[in-house]
Amino acid sequence: MTCPDYKGLMMGYLDNELDEHQKKMFTEHLDQCPDCKKELAEFKDLKQLADEVALTEPTDELWQHYWKNIYNRFERTLGWLLVSVAAIILLIYGGFRLIEEIIQDPTVDIVLKVGLVALIGGLAILFVSVLRERLYLRKKDPYKDIRR
Amino acid sequence: MNSPCTTELAAIKQCRNGSRKAFEVIVNRYMKDAYFIALGYVGNRQDALDLSQEAFFKAYRKLDTLSADNKFFPWFYQILKNQCFSHLRKFKNKKTQSLDGAEEPIVIEDEKHSFDPEMIAERNEAKDRLWQAIGQLDEKHREVIILRHFQNFSYDQIAQTLLYSKGTVMSRLYYARKKLRELLDDKKGGLL
Ligand SMILES: [Zn+2]
Repeated sequence: MTCPDYKGLMMGYLDNELDEHQKKMFTEHLDQCPDCKKELAEFKDLKQLADEVALTEPTDELWQHYWKNIYNRFERTLGWLLVSVAAIILLIYGGFRLIEEIIQDPTVDIVLKVGLVALIGGLAILFVSVLRERLYLRKKDPYKDIRR
Repeated sequence: MNSPCTTELAAIKQCRNGSRKAFEVIVNRYMKDAYFIALGYVGNRQDALDLSQEAFFKAYRKLDTLSADNKFFPWFYQILKNQCFSHLRKFKNKKTQSLDGAEEPIVIEDEKHSFDPEMIAERNEAKDRLWQAIGQLDEKHREVIILRHFQNFSYDQIAQTLLYSKGTVMSRLYYARKKLRELLDDKKGGLL
């Protein structure tokens, strides 16, 4: 084994994660390798410094409100969902009534009526297409937020 | 008495059936880990809080992608990590964009989003520099440093969380610490 093979063991030695056999292997190498000895000393300094850096504990209040904040997200999502559903229903209903009125109105020009029907048809196709794509992507990629 | 693992499994099962109460149990169990890991990644309290809570929220919504024999935390950790790193990337892109064409120093400290040394319990210059250097590590090195030093995870716990072998944990840790030393040496005054 050469020095690079001992790097992992050096970390284990530093963090006290080696079993007796590994420890023996590493210290035997250390005794005859000044380079690794020097490197180990440098890592010890770093570890000591890092061990001293403790992050500040937030107030208890933060932990008490922690769940509440997550719960609020559930509520907000439900709220938005209801608003969206209601908006879609109202729009569709209102739209149909309006179209019905215009089409049945004999004073409105036929060109306008045809244009309106085409517009509605086009919007409906686009809507279904986007919806289908969304659903498809969702099904296809359940791990989209998880990198492997 | 139930072991922690069986109660966790039971709680997750209940969550899948729509119980938010059961999810509260899971959140209370892991919120500190989640918060401190996020803090290690993004370096300021408000973002750490937001991102960790958002990660729990996302986790609940996609709980059906957690297979029955997998532990919650390693799976959740991936969501949390992605949440933090995509936040960092978004912020980094913004920063480079604002630099376009302008004669400004490379590092712009943004009060709200930068690594905030106030987060360190007891400060001195060396600790501040270490904290800043950790902020400059790349993703795969930063995560082992954070789990090892701020979470005090054992090698086994790190291995379980990152889905690595113990050997990989050891070598990652070596390169991460080596990089950290280089970053600290680059700044004037050396390490200590
Ligand atoms: Zn050696």
